[in-house]
Amino acid sequence: MMADMTALLTDYTLQSVIIGAVLLGLVSGVLGCFAVLRHQGLLGDTMSHAALPGVCLGFLIAGTRDIGIIMAGALFTGTLAALVILLLTRMSRLKTDAALGIVLSIFFAFGVVLLTYIQGQNNAAQGGLDAFLFGQAAAILRSDLWLMGGITAVALGLVAMLWKAFKLVSFDPEFAASLGFPVLVLDGVLTVMIALAVVVGLQMVGVVLMAAMVIAPAVAARQWTSRLETMVVLSAVIGMFGGVSGAVLSALKPGLATGPLIILSVSAVVVVSLALAPRRGMLWEAVSLWRGRRRLRYQHVLTTLYRLAVHHADPDYSSEQGMLDTYHGLGTRSALRKLQAKGQVEWRAVATGEPGPSHRWVLTPAGIREAERILDALGQEER
Amino acid sequence: MTMPLHEPYLALHVEDLTVSYHSKPVLWDIDFDVPPGVMAAIVGPNGAGKSTLIKSVLGLVPSMAGHVTLFGRPYQQHRRRVGYVPQRSSVDWDFPTTALDVVTMGLYGRLGWLRRPGRRERNEAMAALEMVGMAHLSKRQISELSGGQQQRVFLARALVQQADVYFLDEPMAGVDATTERAIVDILRRLRDDGKTVIVVHHDLQTVRSYFDWLLILNVRVIAQGPVSQVYTAENLRRAYGGQIALLDEASFLADAADKTSET
Repeated sequence: MMADMTALLTDYTLQSVIIGAVLLGLVSGVLGCFAVLRHQGLLGDTMSHAALPGVCLGFLIAGTRDIGIIMAGALFTGTLAALVILLLTRMSRLKTDAALGIVLSIFFAFGVVLLTYIQGQNNAAQGGLDAFLFGQAAAILRSDLWLMGGITAVALGLVAMLWKAFKLVSFDPEFAASLGFPVLVLDGVLTVMIALAVVVGLQMVGVVLMAAMVIAPAVAARQWTSRLETMVVLSAVIGMFGGVSGAVLSALKPGLATGPLIILSVSAVVVVSLALAPRRGMLWEAVSLWRGRRRLRYQHVLTTLYRLAVHHADPDYSSEQGMLDTYHGLGTRSALRKLQAKGQVEWRAVATGEPGPSHRWVLTPAGIREAERILDALGQEER
Repeated sequence: MTMPLHEPYLALHVEDLTVSYHSKPVLWDIDFDVPPGVMAAIVGPNGAGKSTLIKSVLGLVPSMAGHVTLFGRPYQQHRRRVGYVPQRSSVDWDFPTTALDVVTMGLYGRLGWLRRPGRRERNEAMAALEMVGMAHLSKRQISELSGGQQQRVFLARALVQQADVYFLDEPMAGVDATTERAIVDILRRLRDDGKTVIVVHHDLQTVRSYFDWLLILNVRVIAQGPVSQVYTAENLRRAYGGQIALLDEASFLADAADKTSET
């Protein structure tokens, strides 16, 4: 097994794939944060689908599988799609969701038409152009990696340099504009950078699944932190982790496609994060809801006893179990036991000769104080 | 700077401003002047263009015609003299950041593109949070703040701008009474320091007690000037039309009667 791993890790192709996956995770993790925070996850989806016609056009222009020109084509049509969406939503009455859907379909359909046209030409060089649909990591060359690395470096450099502006324009574009930041330009730069991330991912995961690579790491990272700085770093780490584990998994079981495995790995992190993250995870929320309900119930029973005592103008007023159960609709005994354990109520024997049950519930002075505190707090919330 | 100043003695001067959306006028032929050192309210029914007026003054919404000057110069020439509080609902409060960080954003204009906020900026932001009574919540994630607290954070972000003219878009909408009082106190203090405060306001009942200058707007200017002269049942009826019935007419008439007896 160890020998297998060593063999794997020194494997030339796998090394390339892993480096590519790391670059992809890095760039899409960082840029995805801004896309998600600006509610533009679906823009990423549209732009990645819209890269397909660009891939084909690049191939037609170059006449061979020249990755540089193909990437340029993808960047061009991806950005063009974003521009069309911007124009559609600004100039017409189309809403963003409809514009996204229409542009995605048109560009992707056009891409598929071009793809089938190229395949129909029986050009020997076209071999594997359809790999850009779902990615074909094994086809990555070292020279491609340099290109991907260059794009990643440029994108990350821009984020580091324009950090304040990107942060402000993502949170409050109106305020950013009032300070004199060119919001439209910054919007454009952020959008083009998503297109850059898509371009980096073309060969790894392909245009169809690329959107998940942009959205998923950011969504997962947001669950664990509430600082943008931490979120961006964490998102990059999650992206890289997903990339590498997808690459390694596909190498362990030959024949399984790398791209989809990368997406599944990242998605697994998302699922875990949505379920388990403190404060924002579903489990956390369920537990705090349950705790809240339980606490509310003790408080409710306690204040009921208090109100009864007030009503009867008798701090030692003793309430029958049956009365409390009826008022709350069953089952106050366990809550009362808990309150008894806290010393806030007493299960007191009634004076001999009095009809009815032999023991009743009476508030202790501590219970009265607690009930008054609860009612005070309630009053403050209403105020 | 040899350009002669246009109306330099007005904190805000708006002339012939027209804004349209899908070829429907939102603001039509607005002439609006605010002298320095007043606290001015902009009121009007829904869709009157109150927020749009502020946004077009700040250049956030393109205008079809007209011009705007602040102390005699276009806004673009001295943004530093202007502070802005957008509507609280205009941003997503689930953004991963803290109250202190949001307030620091008010200094991004001064810092420019590349400089990072340092200790000095942090201290200024803390001082602004202190002013709005939020210093103890400076590290709090903004989604965990109540509506009133979020509004105070926005106000603090405008305070660090150290501006001469402040524009606030519905700062009292949906906040609790304590916050409303705190906001009004701070705005009054700004005015007493000689700043000009211009507020889009939705609550006619409090106009007379909070403000000293008033613009009544309904796509066009209905009336403007000192509150005591402008806040009349007649003007309000012209702006709100039939809606006035919904707005507790009795209290307006009582207010208007008060005013007549005062003058």
